[in-house]
Amino acid sequence: MNPYNYFYFPGRLAWRQLVFDKTKLFAAICGVLFACVLVFMQLGFKDSLYNSAASAPLKMNGDLFLMHKQTEAMWRPTRFNRSELMRTLGHPDVDSAYPMYLSLAQFKNIETQTKRTLMVYGYDPDADLLAVEAIIEKRTELRLKDTALFDESSRPEFGPMRALLDAGKNSTEINDYKLKIIGLFRLGVSFAADGNVMTSDQNFLRIFADRRADQIDIGVIKIRPGSNVKKVQADLKTRLNEFVNIFTYDELVQYEKSYWENTAPIGFIFGFGTIMGLVVGMVIVYQILFTDITNHLNEFATLKAMGYKHGYFIRVVFASAFFLAILGFLPGFLMSLGLYRLAESQTFMPMPMTPHKVFTVFLFILSMCASAGLLAMRKLKAASPADMF
Amino acid sequence: MDKMIEVNDLSFSFGSGELKNTVLKDVDLTIHAGEIVIMTGPSGSGKTTFLTIIGALRQATEGNVCVIGQQLVNSSEHAKVTIRQQIGYIFQQHNLLKSLTAIQNVAMALEMHPGLTEAQRLQRSADMLCSVGLDDRLYYKPDQLSGGQRQRVSIARALVGKPKIVLADEPTASLDKHSGQDAVGVLKKLAKEAGTTILLVTHDYRILDIADRIVELEDGIIK
Ligand SMILES: Nc1ncnc2c1ncn2[C@@H]1O[C@H](COP(=O)(O)OP(=O)(O)O)[C@@H](O)[C@H]1O
Ligand SMILES: [Mg+2]
Repeated sequence: MNPYNYFYFPGRLAWRQLVFDKTKLFAAICGVLFACVLVFMQLGFKDSLYNSAASAPLKMNGDLFLMHKQTEAMWRPTRFNRSELMRTLGHPDVDSAYPMYLSLAQFKNIETQTKRTLMVYGYDPDADLLAVEAIIEKRTELRLKDTALFDESSRPEFGPMRALLDAGKNSTEINDYKLKIIGLFRLGVSFAADGNVMTSDQNFLRIFADRRADQIDIGVIKIRPGSNVKKVQADLKTRLNEFVNIFTYDELVQYEKSYWENTAPIGFIFGFGTIMGLVVGMVIVYQILFTDITNHLNEFATLKAMGYKHGYFIRVVFASAFFLAILGFLPGFLMSLGLYRLAESQTFMPMPMTPHKVFTVFLFILSMCASAGLLAMRKLKAASPADMF
Repeated sequence: MDKMIEVNDLSFSFGSGELKNTVLKDVDLTIHAGEIVIMTGPSGSGKTTFLTIIGALRQATEGNVCVIGQQLVNSSEHAKVTIRQQIGYIFQQHNLLKSLTAIQNVAMALEMHPGLTEAQRLQRSADMLCSVGLDDRLYYKPDQLSGGQRQRVSIARALVGKPKIVLADEPTASLDKHSGQDAVGVLKKLAKEAGTTILLVTHDYRILDIADRIVELEDGIIK
């Protein structure tokens, strides 16, 4: 038999058997589609969680970062003494060192007056500690007393800030302290904070009257152009107190991500959810293929009696699995795309449908169908031609 | 090769030990090329068992079973598959693939034949369906056909590959008198034209007249 027909004939039979019973085919496609959507959503939420959790560290503008060893993640830092940061200035390659203050605070919705928690970043506006263009442009205005910028990607519960600002309504309260919102920027929300506000270090200390300038949350160090970050980091490590961590930019981003992946219970939940999605999908497809084979068992036995070899039926089963994978994946992909948009509009966290994700899920669905087919194959042995007469 | 089927001292049992049920006892039967032989006998006498052994569907371990020159007792899977491909089967139930049309069902018997194009396969299948009188039913699926029509598709499927031997197990059992005789009549006509050997098992006495020879199996012994 020529190699083309070797796969074409069983494939064609599988296809004809599949499309013969439209109701069953529809049910089978729904099963694969469900598995597909399940996995897409779990992966989507997981990626979106990790990406948004790292949205602040990703925007940090510096070469080395100091944090207290007890600081597990940026959203709940342990303070340390500013002198620790200032000591690094003694290193010849260190150009500048700035403190960053962080705190969760109650923000009052200008329209409805309801309060909700968001994250407040405070630092010297001239230091550009966040590489966000809109903040850098407002450098001068931020020096004024009681001014702040608001993150436009915050959840809508904080109020339609752009419309409010256009209408001239810009005074609000953070922790009952009155101030003016003088502009917008985009950073992104995370599971830790529903919104963000950026203000100067001076204003930060006014809002949080109990905070002191010498108790800082993060220290941001910039080194002289041309010097070696790793070397400066190693030098500083020997000089610093042992209760501070000193991270490079990449290490900071990784540290933040791994908090959400490993330390936070939410990381486990999504990892678990993804695996459950895979297992449930596998069981569904296995059930579908198994019933399909059972239903066609006497037809396979008839063909065996006509002289068809066992390998032919293996190819039929794999072709069925392959068709189901494709037929379930295509609508599953489109539906997931829609659900991603829906989830984005509800959670205000980016959920990109990356080619990588599409590829991963397709490969998964395919191997899931194939292994389900492999399991169901044992049933084929029962197709004894002798029992056909 | 004059002797198409040659069986000597064939014994066969189901189960073993206490539960051993001997179905065939020292069966001898020789069928020559082109012969139409009908085997009759009461239910449970071992007719189906005998036919599945001749058709290389069941492994026999005692005696001699030579089919188209191939020894089937203690034969390899490969040898059995090769013999199966040279035999046309007609089952008691039509056993057509329900998702395929009549012509596709018949063409399934030709997929194993190398060297035929798809067009040739379909042409031969259509011709064969015409010969059994189903020219206007080529694209019907089994559930759109009557019992007699289905059995005629099944006959077309058995004959289309030009097999040397056709084995049929009670092909008229599920048909009424008229369509049963019709179907068997077509089978006889086509087989005689092509010189095909037929072994047909039945206890339908209305169709005995198509046979060149009738043998009777009773309690595993040919009489
Ligand atoms: N697969 C099987 N396992 C065990 N016993 C069987 C099996 N098939 C048939 N038999 C027994 O073999 C005997 C002959 O059966 P069979 O060849 O079907 O007879 P017939 O076709 O003449 O009615 C019966 O007693 C039947 O119970
Ligand atoms: Mg029988």
